[in-house]
Amino acid sequence: MRRRVRSSRRAYRMLALAALGLGLLVSGCGPQYVVLHPKGPVGQSELHLMAFAAIAMAVVILVVFVLFGIAVVRFRDYPGNRNPYTPHWHSHKWLEPLWFIIPAVILTVIAVPTVNVTYALAKLPPSKDPVVINVTSLNWKWLFEYPNQKIATVNYLYIPVGKPVLFHLTADSPMNTFWVPSLGGMEYTMPGRILPLWLEASKPGVYWGHSGQFSGIGFEKMFFYVHAVSGPKFTAWANRVRATARPMTLTAYHQLLRFNTIGAESYSSFPASTWPSVSHGFTLRGGMYLLKSNNPGATAQH
Amino acid sequence: MPAFLLYLVHTLFPPDTRQPTELGADFMILVTGIGIVYILTRYKKWRWLWREWLTTVDHKRIAILYLIAAIAMLFRGGVDALMLRTNLALPNVQPIGALEYNEVFTTHGTIMIFFMAMPFIFALFNAVIPLQIGSRDVAFPRLNAMSYWLFAFGAMLFNISFVVGGSPNAGWTGYPPLTELAFNPGPGESYYFLSLLIAGIGTTITGINFLVTIIRMRAPGMTLMRMPMFAWSTLVTSALIIFAFPPLTVALALSLLDRTFGSSFFTLGHGGMPMMYVNLFWLFGHPEVYIVILPAFGIFSEVVPTFSKKRLFGYTTMVISLVSIMFLAYGTWVHHFFTMGAGPTVNAFFGLSTMLIAIPTGVKIFNWIFTMWGGRIRITVAMLYQMAFIPTFVVGGATGIMLSVVPADYQLHNSYWVVAHFHNVLIGGTVFGLLSGLYYWWPKMFGFILNERQGKVGFWLFVIGFWVTFLPQYLLGLEGMTRRMYTYPFGFGWHELNVISTLGAFTMGAGFIALVYNILWSLRYGERDLTGDPWNGRTLEWALPSPAPEYNFARIPVVHGVDEFWAMKEQGMTLANQLRPQDVKALELPKNTGMPFMLGLSFFVGGFGMVFEWWPIAIFGGLGVVACLIYAAFDYDDKEPLPADVIRHTEGTFGRLQA
Ligand code: HEM
Ligand SMILES: [Cu+2]
Ligand SMILES: [Cu+2]
Repeated sequence: MRRRVRSSRRAYRMLALAALGLGLLVSGCGPQYVVLHPKGPVGQSELHLMAFAAIAMAVVILVVFVLFGIAVVRFRDYPGNRNPYTPHWHSHKWLEPLWFIIPAVILTVIAVPTVNVTYALAKLPPSKDPVVINVTSLNWKWLFEYPNQKIATVNYLYIPVGKPVLFHLTADSPMNTFWVPSLGGMEYTMPGRILPLWLEASKPGVYWGHSGQFSGIGFEKMFFYVHAVSGPKFTAWANRVRATARPMTLTAYHQLLRFNTIGAESYSSFPASTWPSVSHGFTLRGGMYLLKSNNPGATAQH
Repeated sequence: MPAFLLYLVHTLFPPDTRQPTELGADFMILVTGIGIVYILTRYKKWRWLWREWLTTVDHKRIAILYLIAAIAMLFRGGVDALMLRTNLALPNVQPIGALEYNEVFTTHGTIMIFFMAMPFIFALFNAVIPLQIGSRDVAFPRLNAMSYWLFAFGAMLFNISFVVGGSPNAGWTGYPPLTELAFNPGPGESYYFLSLLIAGIGTTITGINFLVTIIRMRAPGMTLMRMPMFAWSTLVTSALIIFAFPPLTVALALSLLDRTFGSSFFTLGHGGMPMMYVNLFWLFGHPEVYIVILPAFGIFSEVVPTFSKKRLFGYTTMVISLVSIMFLAYGTWVHHFFTMGAGPTVNAFFGLSTMLIAIPTGVKIFNWIFTMWGGRIRITVAMLYQMAFIPTFVVGGATGIMLSVVPADYQLHNSYWVVAHFHNVLIGGTVFGLLSGLYYWWPKMFGFILNERQGKVGFWLFVIGFWVTFLPQYLLGLEGMTRRMYTYPFGFGWHELNVISTLGAFTMGAGFIALVYNILWSLRYGERDLTGDPWNGRTLEWALPSPAPEYNFARIPVVHGVDEFWAMKEQGMTLANQLRPQDVKALELPKNTGMPFMLGLSFFVGGFGMVFEWWPIAIFGGLGVVACLIYAAFDYDDKEPLPADVIRHTEGTFGRLQA
């Protein structure tokens, strides 16, 4: 009797687990799962790797759960349990080394593509000319400067579709991370450092971005919007901003430095001195993170 | 004079500490304080408190002090957590504002790691280790008391920040330049640095103490490879503490200099290098996560064999994996900031080293399962927590591996995925482990058994609550929700999962209440442990009566193998019937001393003075520290004789003396 109660409880637990798993699968399809629906090659390859690792980990989880489940079911202490009781069995010549080998094999399977993709993403795609955007995180807003287009914006961006965008990231504030989950992973903005990150949108659309690193009281307002548009539209937009927006003076920059949150802004020009001319560390000029590519645009501007 | 008072009130209670939650906390503290003072006075317990507890150097009593502090801090940190979750339940609905939310997530994290997990672990070290290795005490009993009081006063300094002056609000990691004065005026961050510095001294001393205790004070015959696995994990944890805390101390001290004396180690301007702090912090921080998980591994390695009625499977591989984790733990810290631009070579290296450390962890999981294999599993609360641990921790480890996949981490870093991951391993590993250890060793510490049925109710609430809270957070990470937002807008699809998560958090809160209720109930009605061996244990602590007498062992046993007490029982030779009156020798016990308490108090006063930069008070406290140390150095009268008759009498009352 008791046993039957127990096993039905087990069945319920299994059912609950299955329902949960199903729920995950279904809910994973919604468009709000931005990480799972990348709109560019960087996010795409990050997602592929993530999914690959997840599958490998699912294998591990499955193996452990099954072994553990069998152990619990077979070896509980109830009267009349006929399964073998071996109190002195405490080591095994093959099993113990096997515990090292199983995880090592699975991890090697993950490790190889991890290294490959890590290196691959540190390189801009060669043949394409990147758009360069200098990003400065401020308390609590984002300043985007387009050195080639000679314009600047706050809290929103236009980028051309199908072209890599090279972000140079720095901060005139505590640290933040620059993150557009629909396009790809994040990178820190730090004072005194310039870190590069490249992303690319392969579909037109408006993608939201946010800071990932807590930076004080206005931090959760640090949303910004990335408008991915066709190349001609991008040029037209830049021209329009240059023609119609007001220029950013140093005074205007200093106003941006105030600790507050603001909406979107556009500027027809910006003073050169807002971008740090000296950066210590190893990351200026494309530095270590972004491997040297044949592309001169990669190290533009500095 | 009135101007001075006004200044005092304004400094100690600035406007943001005059909000409903703070005032509520003030009121609670006041009421509790008055209640305690009243009870102590009414029942004339002040002397008792001082002589039996505040000056004690007995490791078993220090264990109880640690445990009380840990449970109180679990409560404080838990209330913090519920406030956070309440704020996040619905988009744009904020019972507490950004200012307070930032303080609360900072105190939640800091308290849970430094003032809940660490003292809980030290409670079990103190309660169990000397008994388990057949020793009368730790190597340095006075230092042990010092560790406790430094921790306790550090914790107090941290906790009063909420009501006096304002809490820190830059996260438990305290990254500069956000902690810099320019971005963070007010005393909060100074509280953070000073209290962690003070508590950190205590922690380092504990590491040294237990390392020496285990190396030097084992019973004859107990070679390293015959040590119980909990002792092994304590040894390794202690070694980790000794080398992990110095980088933290340096990082905190330099930050404090930046704030208080205007230096520029990590500042935004003047050539400061904030990233250097990040390196130092995680050079400590990653070993720290192993400092809090290895003791849990040790606990499970005791609980599983006991309740499976079977020897631990793969003892040697368990030791190998512990020791290799110890070394590897120092080589993975960069995985906390893959996205700080160190370059693909560095990132690939640390991604691989992080994966490497998962191998010995996996070995331990298999060994526990195969300890159960072929055993006879009794499902007690201690064992239930272990059985919840295995699946939970495997999932937490798997999501950690996904974070070690560098390109994936670019998308997951600082998102709710990371929050879910570390709660998965910290709660599913450390907290489940500590609760398992609590139920397991409680009879040994207090002489009665916690109620099993109530324990199971608490267990289910806690475990189900855990999964309901944190499974949705993985998904929130994939939805792009970043951590440490005090609220979020509608329209990102984040609200459903957040509501679920908050419900789970309150379920865990109910589990905590069940635990406290169980403790109070069992104090009164719980089954007394008369045998000293309620679980049919295998290691030496169960050979003693519960609770153990102050000298622990009337005669130190000789050890012949792993699971010595089990072997004794198989031969019918428990300590209970071996002791002849003539075997009992007079002993010397360490003498109680008020110095550690005064030392802690001095640090507290000095720290408080430094927080507000009231230099006379700071210097006064500093002088107190020096005075205590000088006193300690020249206090040679530190032992007390314990006559053989007293021991015979005590053993006689336990019925453990042969006629
Ligand atoms: C298989 C084992 C594990 C692996 C591979 C692993 C991997 C990682 C990685 C790569 C991160 C950084 C994620 C990021 O910030 O982007 C991380 C964060 C973290 N892990 Fe683990 N981890 C493991 C086990 C543990 C354990 C046992 C604990 C503690 C009991 C732990 C506690 C933490 C904490 C507290 C953080 C984040 C701290 C913070 O940023 O505030 N992890 N883990
Ligand atoms: Cu937490
Ligand atoms: Cu780590």
